[in-house]
This record gives sequence, structure tokens and C-alpha cells, in this order.
Amino acid sequence: MSERAKRWLAAALLVAAVGMMAAGAVRGEVQQVWMKASNICMECIGLG
Amino acid sequence: MASWLKQQKKNLRLWVQIAFAALTNGYVTGFLKGRIYSGPFKQLCVPGLNCYSCPGAVGACPIGALQAVLGSSSFRFSLYVFGFLAFVGTLAGRFVCGWLCPFGLVQDLLYKIPFPRKLRRLPGDRFLKFLRYVLLAVFVILLPLVVVDFVGQGKPWFCSYVCPSGTLFGGIPLVWLNEGLRRSLGWLYAWKMALLVLVLALSVLVNRPFCRYACPLGAVYGLFNPIALYRFQVDASKCTHCGACQAACKLDIPVWKTPNSTQCIRCGACLKACRFGALRSTFSLKKPDSSFPEKETR
Repeated sequence: MSERAKRWLAAALLVAAVGMMAAGAVRGEVQQVWMKASNICMECIGLG
Repeated sequence: MASWLKQQKKNLRLWVQIAFAALTNGYVTGFLKGRIYSGPFKQLCVPGLNCYSCPGAVGACPIGALQAVLGSSSFRFSLYVFGFLAFVGTLAGRFVCGWLCPFGLVQDLLYKIPFPRKLRRLPGDRFLKFLRYVLLAVFVILLPLVVVDFVGQGKPWFCSYVCPSGTLFGGIPLVWLNEGLRRSLGWLYAWKMALLVLVLALSVLVNRPFCRYACPLGAVYGLFNPIALYRFQVDASKCTHCGACQAACKLDIPVWKTPNSTQCIRCGACLKACRFGALRSTFSLKKPDSSFPEKETR
């Protein structure tokens, strides 16, 4: 892949990534992450 | 004073690693009272493999967050976490592993322990380096999606059965600080402790065994290394193929051939080792500098 193509791909990915994060936040994924992360994760610590 | 400053400049990466680990695990009350932070920052992912059940953690581990969303009954795909991984990966690739991951820091410190015979790589390296992709595909994505209970919820398989970072940063301090949790210990805790001890012991022998062979987060960021804005460039007109960059690389990467290898954690040892000025790092969306004719790289 040429350097020019890589730069275009990077720019497109950055824009898509920001869009995905925003869409994920709007549809409630952030809340899902917070619910998991704000309680002790028994699986993570080896108890669940 | 000048020599002290020079020494600290040499240790810049170590200081950044320590500062970032302290910043993202700065909830001191958690360590004092044996509980975890549950404020609004926990909605946000941190770039490294940083267990959200560490008593100090102020953000969410992206691999844990991905499994939480995929395993929930409401979502089959995570726009938020995949978007986050693509954003960080496109900006920096595995720079995160080398500079911002607390579990990487632990492995780096252990590798500093003197040992009579350090290894450049583990036996079976050719095959072992694909293990991280298997763990990513099977334990992080497929199993949480497919193996679900009667309400449609999957569990975080990678966290449950593999993640040594969770055991070290979450399991050990929380179990140490909570009598109730200590009473619940069973075979799973023993299994995860055994895995952790194995990874820590190997880290004395070989540089970053978990990052090289088993980290699903490194596997994701590594895919972005060839196109990330933070990249290494080789000046073909200056490179003599002497191999000094590979000799300096603790991960044994032939940097002169593959400066943007999916394995490279951007520690920068190769940049310092090149006597001919043939290697450099860039961070740009702009056209490459014509005074630095880069060879086509993988």
C-alpha cells in the first residue's frame, strides 16, 4: 500500500471511529460499560 | 545535576509509564477501603489493559468493556468500544503498549531483574505469536456473544479464565482487603493465580511475554501499526542493513525490514541504536518528508 493510501485510510478510520463512538454512546453502550465497570467484576478478579 | 537530568531523559519512557499508571489508577480511597471507583469516568475506556476492578482504576479496560457490551442481552456489536480501539489504534498503534499500559510496565520492570540467561524469544515463537489473535477472536468476541444464559447474557471469558492483569491489579488487592471475598476463593482463583505467576516468571526471562503472545488488546493495536499516524520510517539511502536496530530491539524485530511490524511496541530502542540516522519516528497525516526517502514498508 502506498504512503498516500495509508494516510487516506488513517484519516477515514479516524472519522469513522469518532462516528462509531458517538453512535455507541447514543444507543446506550456507554451506560452498559459503566454498569459493568462501576461494580466489582467477579470474573475479572477470579471469583466468578 | 546535568548528568542526573540526562539519566532521567534516558528513562523517559519509564517515567511516562509510571505517571500514566498512577493517573489511571489514582483512586486512593479504593486501596485504603478495599472498594472500587464507581463515578462517571468509569464510562470512559483507558487505552491500556487496566482492569476496571483495580481499586485505583478510574476508567474502564477496553477489553473488559468490549466483552461487557458483546455479552449483554441488548447489543450484538459494540460501536463504542470498536470505535475507541480504532481511534486509539489509528493515532498511535502499539505505542500504547510501550508507553501507556500498566501491565506492560510490570513486565518491563520484571525484565530488569538480572538472570543468567535471558531469552530473545520463547521456543515456538513462530506459532505462539498467533495465540493473541486466537484469544481475541475466541475468548473476547465469540464466546461472550455465543455462549449465553437464559436471559441472553454472555460472560467475559477472557477476564474469567485468562486475564493476568485482572488478577494482579484487581484480584490480589481486592481479595487482600476484603474478608468476604477471601471466603469465596476457589479453583478459578487458583487457576488465574497460576497463570499470573507463569506470566510474571516468564517476564524475567523474556521481554514482555504476555504482550507478545497473549494480549488481545495488543493484537488489535498491532493491526493498526502499519497505518497509524505514529509510525517509524526507514531512510533507504542511509540504511546499511547492519542489524543494529534488531539487536537493540528486545522483541527481536528486524526493524530495518519491517519498521511498522504488528509486534512493535514503539519503545524506541531501535531509533537510539541506529548510528546512521536511517530510522526515525513521525506523527503526521501530512505528506512524508522528501528529505527522508522512506522505503515501502509492511
